[in-house]
Amino acid sequence: MSIDLSQFFDVFFEESFEGLDAMESELLNLEPGKEDQETINTIFRAAHSIKGGSGTFGFTAVSDFTHVLETLLDQIRNGQRQLVAEHVNLLLKAVDCLRAMLTALQAQEEPERQEANELKQRFEAILNGENNTDAPEQAVSEPEEQVDLPITFQIDFKPLPYLFKTGNEPLYMIAELSELGELETQALHDEVPKLKQLNAEDCYLYWRFFLTTTRGESAIREIFEWVEDDAEITIVQCGGLFEEPVDQVDASDAQQSVPAEDELPVQTPAPAKTVQENKKEAGPAKDVRKNTDPSTTSIRVGIDKVDSLINMVGELVITQAMLSQIGEQEITESSIAALQEGLAQLAHNTRDLQENVMRIRMLPISFVFSRFPRLVRDISQKLNKQVELKLIGEQTELDKTVMEKLSDPMVHLVRNSLDHGLETPEERIAQGKDPVGTVTLNAFHQGGNIVIEIMDDGKGLDTEKIRNKAIQNGLIQEQDELTVDEINELIFMPGFSTADNVSEISGRGVGMDVVRKNIQALNGSVEVSSEAGVGSTFTIRLPLTLAILDGQLVQVADHTYIIPLISIVESLQIDIAKVSNVGKGLQVLRLRDEYIPILRLYDIFNHKGAREELDKTLLVVVENDNYKVGILVDDLLAQQQVVIKSLEANYQRVDGISGATILGDGTVSLIIDISGLIKLSGLRRPGSSELLVDLKADEGIPA
Amino acid sequence: MTEHMNLNQQLVLDTETDEKQFLTFMMDEEEYGIDILAVQEIRGWEPVTVIPNSPPFVKGAMNLRGTIVPIIDLRQRFGITHIGYGPLTVVIVVSVTLKEQTKLMGIVVDAVSDVYSISEEKAKDVPDFQDSDNAQFVHGLVNVGEKMVVLLNLKKVLDLHDKSCAKSNGG
Repeated sequence: MSIDLSQFFDVFFEESFEGLDAMESELLNLEPGKEDQETINTIFRAAHSIKGGSGTFGFTAVSDFTHVLETLLDQIRNGQRQLVAEHVNLLLKAVDCLRAMLTALQAQEEPERQEANELKQRFEAILNGENNTDAPEQAVSEPEEQVDLPITFQIDFKPLPYLFKTGNEPLYMIAELSELGELETQALHDEVPKLKQLNAEDCYLYWRFFLTTTRGESAIREIFEWVEDDAEITIVQCGGLFEEPVDQVDASDAQQSVPAEDELPVQTPAPAKTVQENKKEAGPAKDVRKNTDPSTTSIRVGIDKVDSLINMVGELVITQAMLSQIGEQEITESSIAALQEGLAQLAHNTRDLQENVMRIRMLPISFVFSRFPRLVRDISQKLNKQVELKLIGEQTELDKTVMEKLSDPMVHLVRNSLDHGLETPEERIAQGKDPVGTVTLNAFHQGGNIVIEIMDDGKGLDTEKIRNKAIQNGLIQEQDELTVDEINELIFMPGFSTADNVSEISGRGVGMDVVRKNIQALNGSVEVSSEAGVGSTFTIRLPLTLAILDGQLVQVADHTYIIPLISIVESLQIDIAKVSNVGKGLQVLRLRDEYIPILRLYDIFNHKGAREELDKTLLVVVENDNYKVGILVDDLLAQQQVVIKSLEANYQRVDGISGATILGDGTVSLIIDISGLIKLSGLRRPGSSELLVDLKADEGIPA
Repeated sequence: MTEHMNLNQQLVLDTETDEKQFLTFMMDEEEYGIDILAVQEIRGWEPVTVIPNSPPFVKGAMNLRGTIVPIIDLRQRFGITHIGYGPLTVVIVVSVTLKEQTKLMGIVVDAVSDVYSISEEKAKDVPDFQDSDNAQFVHGLVNVGEKMVVLLNLKKVLDLHDKSCAKSNGG
């Protein structure tokens, strides 16, 4: 019976990726000369466990590579070597390389070795080049670099019987030893008991090795590092000459004898083979970079959240017990009261439970933010700009699904800020600014939304240039008078770029339409504000979760729609005296100091049979992006929490509708997307955040 | 009885030949077939929620155990006169892969008819109906005994982004 190691792969990959993330963020904290011992230890530990894990699972390419990394880190940790900037750069590259290798392995593909090998050689060059004698731990043999005279060691390796149960495999160690130099192996079998007493899962063999190597003892020790506590190991130097061992057993014999024990928990070829087989079955993974297979994505939840869930389930069980007790009794007046009380409690419990279950999907936004220090570092180096990245509100929580889709648009915006927003240090000094530019990511909650701001203190958008470009592209006319905000909005138009030369990093505007589209797909919005010479701010507004919302059910003809409660300001009966006609087909209601355009839902959605007289209908005043409009409905129904289902999943995007839900009676009801509805009603000029209904201006309203 | 045996034999044969099984249904006295592997379930008609501004052949959305499924009237999609829905009206829920996304959709037909094993090679090419919009929906024509069955290209029928969609929208 062999254990199928592949069942642990997911955990290994997850932990390794976490380890890599940790390494990356700690490396970014490292400043040569000011390094903190604890930081280096963290990096070392992460590398060490990746090496251990990959070794166990037979991913030798990864473990070999991590080994050189670890050696360097170890030397830095022990103070044998001074950390320099080059090390940090190299280590960061190594993290990338490891990530790529692990991603490939996870997708059951053969990892790209070339980059790893090149990096490994550079590591080895550092390890060898600077002080040969101080770096004897190097594991990979490169004969041309060996200068020392070979020494022969006698190594006695006597594992304790339970060795296999710890997941260790002497064969690997023998193989690793043989890489260090010339190896003679004796497998000693005098402790193997009679077949009847033999426990097939125990290890009875032990070994004596004679190893002639130029590496020091520590290189050998390192091989046995994992089994130090599970074996008796003695390493003795025999001198420079090779001594002929007495009862010599052929090395190949020893190697054969190990797998010959049929019931080894770990079989050498197993992991590699599994990967190969799976590959055939699964076929090549399409998207290697992201593991999009929903069955393998997982979420880490704080124990406090789980605890509170367990508490609530406890409450729920108690309520249930109470209700069933009432149910068994004869129905009297008093038991009805108790029943009602119980049901109220049940409703309370259910709501609590629901809220907390939803919270499980909420993660701090630091999961997205954490990738930016690296990004900013790399890009600013490439651009020769000095940038300080400030992260604010990292603990703000957000639904995981929203978070996953948020990352790409944010990367785009941050790149833009670095490339086009911030000036070079020289330019900044010339303008009397601090040569170090600042990019700030700020996240906070506002109402039922999360707001993410990407701010830079660079030169701001060049409105003149954008305007000219837009005229060139035919987006606007020469004579069009646009406000600054309207001009800035133009960068979100498809195919718009003001970059003089499209750089490697980005062109401000290139793909901004995609950014906006992606965010709108999440029912969010993105806006830009900018001041010349001071900087620009992109503001992303997103719903906290895509899964649930408080809704107001409304009736239009015989259709029931849901308006998100969060956007409703008030609902009122219309006082006809306060309604005036503006232009063709548009009515506004004067409400205190404001004029509210009236949207007729039945018109926009083409429904017949709705009440059309203003005095018999109700107006639901909603606010979207600081603009208020009134939605005309026949009736207001209940308010309730609704679970959002995608309409797009099986159908397609419907303008003015953000999704669907299922009501208590099992029927489908559609959720109104306020900003989409306003757009659909034709109240806005496309691409502009300004409502055209500006009562002071005598501008006409489009039909 | 014999029919039963035939069916069973066909089932056995299926694993050996290129034959595919097709579920057929009736619409305006014609028999149409769709790949049976696409069929998820067959349901009766129940009222659906109207989707605003959708083409007339999209009747609305239905709740299928928590999933929102759009319902398409195949008669209207094909431009055949719409008849009222009754207790015998059938909704066939199918799953199709459109642009790498698997979608569940319901099609409204008059009645379900039969299941045949048909070798796709036998399906004859559609005659070039020059003026017919519907030709694109047809995968092939095949004879089963005396009857002619129209095998449908479900992907085309259910791809609502298709140009023909805009056309029927206007009409």
